[in-house]
Amino acid sequence: MSDTPVDASKRTWLIASTCAGAVGGAAVVVPFVSTFQPSEKAKAAGAAVEVDISTLQPGEKMTVEWRGKPVWIIRRTPEQLETLKKTEGQVADPASDRTAYPTPAYAKNVHRSIKPEVFVGVGICTHLGCSPSDKFQTGPQPSLPDDWQGGFLCPCHGSTFDLAGRVFKNKPAPDNLEVPPHMYLSDTKLLIGEDKKA
Amino acid sequence: MAEFKEVSPNASVGEKLLNWVDNRFPASKMYKEHLSEYYAPKNFNFWYFFGSLALLVLVIQIVTGIFLVMHYKPDAALAFGSVEYIMRDVPWGWLIRYMHSTGASAFFIVVYLHMYRGLIYGSYRKPRELVWVFGCAIFLCLMAEAFMGYLLPWGQMSYWGAQVIVNLFSAIPFIGPDLSLLIRGDYVVGDATLNRFFSFHVIAVPLVLLGLVVAHIIALHEVGSNNPDGVEIKGPNAPKDANGHPLDGVPFHPYYSVHDILGVSGFLIVFSAIVFFAPEFGGYFLEYNNFIPADPLKTPPHIAPVWYFTPFYSMLRAITSEMMYALIACVVGGAFLGVKNIKMPAIAKNAVIGAALVVVLLMLSIDAKFWGVVVMGGAVIILFFLPWLDKCEVKSIRYRPDWHKYLYAVFVVNFIVLAYLGVQPPSPVGERVSQVGTLFYFGFFLLMPWWSRLGQTKPVPDRVTFTPH
Repeated sequence: MSDTPVDASKRTWLIASTCAGAVGGAAVVVPFVSTFQPSEKAKAAGAAVEVDISTLQPGEKMTVEWRGKPVWIIRRTPEQLETLKKTEGQVADPASDRTAYPTPAYAKNVHRSIKPEVFVGVGICTHLGCSPSDKFQTGPQPSLPDDWQGGFLCPCHGSTFDLAGRVFKNKPAPDNLEVPPHMYLSDTKLLIGEDKKA
Repeated sequence: MAEFKEVSPNASVGEKLLNWVDNRFPASKMYKEHLSEYYAPKNFNFWYFFGSLALLVLVIQIVTGIFLVMHYKPDAALAFGSVEYIMRDVPWGWLIRYMHSTGASAFFIVVYLHMYRGLIYGSYRKPRELVWVFGCAIFLCLMAEAFMGYLLPWGQMSYWGAQVIVNLFSAIPFIGPDLSLLIRGDYVVGDATLNRFFSFHVIAVPLVLLGLVVAHIIALHEVGSNNPDGVEIKGPNAPKDANGHPLDGVPFHPYYSVHDILGVSGFLIVFSAIVFFAPEFGGYFLEYNNFIPADPLKTPPHIAPVWYFTPFYSMLRAITSEMMYALIACVVGGAFLGVKNIKMPAIAKNAVIGAALVVVLLMLSIDAKFWGVVVMGGAVIILFFLPWLDKCEVKSIRYRPDWHKYLYAVFVVNFIVLAYLGVQPPSPVGERVSQVGTLFYFGFFLLMPWWSRLGQTKPVPDRVTFTPH
């Protein structure tokens, strides 16, 4: 270090210009990070989907794509609806009170659907986004409890859901399967992605 | 500026050229510092091959990667087809692709063995902390490289693997959902995600990786290599010859450069055998489900990450809401023992109790899913702190109490068991075992400041153990 006395005004200007430079540098980061956001094109692609469910038989499931995600439509049999009473005590959030994926008011009931037999849900596990597999067969089988009543098993981390998409207790997934906004256009025509409120 | 050197007018053209360069660039100086006069301990064993092998695999990955990019198309509609095009239509494309995919697994094998070497011989201890820290950063970069590269073939495992890992970020409270949106660039993993992962995989991360490798080697050559005895060959009391060179050291070139060629030959024999005869390696190096194009509507019935991520994946799966009670008990127990047994001022004790309370409250209020992510990330991050956790008097496993060896053996077995469970479908027994394994993994590191002090160490010799042959 030299013994030259500090030139206070020079130092002030150095500090000021360094700060101004840092602010400018930080500001340049904004446009770069912004490019990571979904593009306008991606935001625009999210229209509601119309589905004809007239050919869906009891006990069958169909999958349609909405916003790039699988949406399941299941016509449950009376026996399958009956199992929801048995699973009531084993699921983590039986009344769908959690708000991470709010269940629409018209589906906040025992069967989590508008029509009791027709379940409409997003087939994406609320844990890490895998699509659970159908396990409609009841009884003991690998990765499932012995008193299995039928439902879904997520292949990634073993979360299980009952036939109303309610997650069982003590599983990695915190929430029930999402019920998307949906409405009936007619008795056999479903609109997924929009409901009457909107 | 250094002094300008002259060579005699009778010198050969080569000597004149070298002198011309040396006056403008430290070519000879660097050659001496890093090769011909870099003294490495003469007692290196088999474990010391893996550093140079990691460098070799890095070169293989960069070269094959450059050639793959010439034919690959980073577009969700074309990516899968372009990889098949490389495999079937590009002349010798299959070889380049298999070298790259096998190279990825080879990289992790070599790096895990390299890290294990550091672990048992205490190569992370003072003054080599930064060598270890740079190495851990390289390991993190490698994981990022492997993860983003695995999306590029756009198969089912690519797609759903990326879906799961990106969703890990959405478990972070408050900012998580927006963060994962920012990573994907779309509401689901899609074309935007593929394009940015391609950019990161081929340019951004490799640049950082190369910089870290240079830093790793510069730091190593500054402090000198450790050795199986953990004896400092360049320390102030170490025996030296008349020129001040360590008696227990030998110039890296030509001895170790030739020595490493043996390692390279052995490695290439195994590597080629896999590339030519078992490139998928039974579904471990290339998973069978990845030969099915990505389908956003259907997850394959069994998804697991590639083998090198599975120990950490097991730990992620181990964190269920039940496991949270065990973790809360650990936090409470740790705070209690800390306050009871460690001497500290009253204010620090209160701070410890307060911090433990806050952590427990957070653990009760935030989902297990988030803590699973914390545990998985923590399992890698904790490695960075190893130099400051180990309080043993001696560096090398050779002079540690015998029971340390058993503990390290259990650590290795535990890591392999976790890796095995990570490729298996979830099961109740597997879940319990991985929970115990996770507690052991963290216990090994977090309790190291205590257990590493226990037991009677053996006397460390003044010179390295070496028999000329």
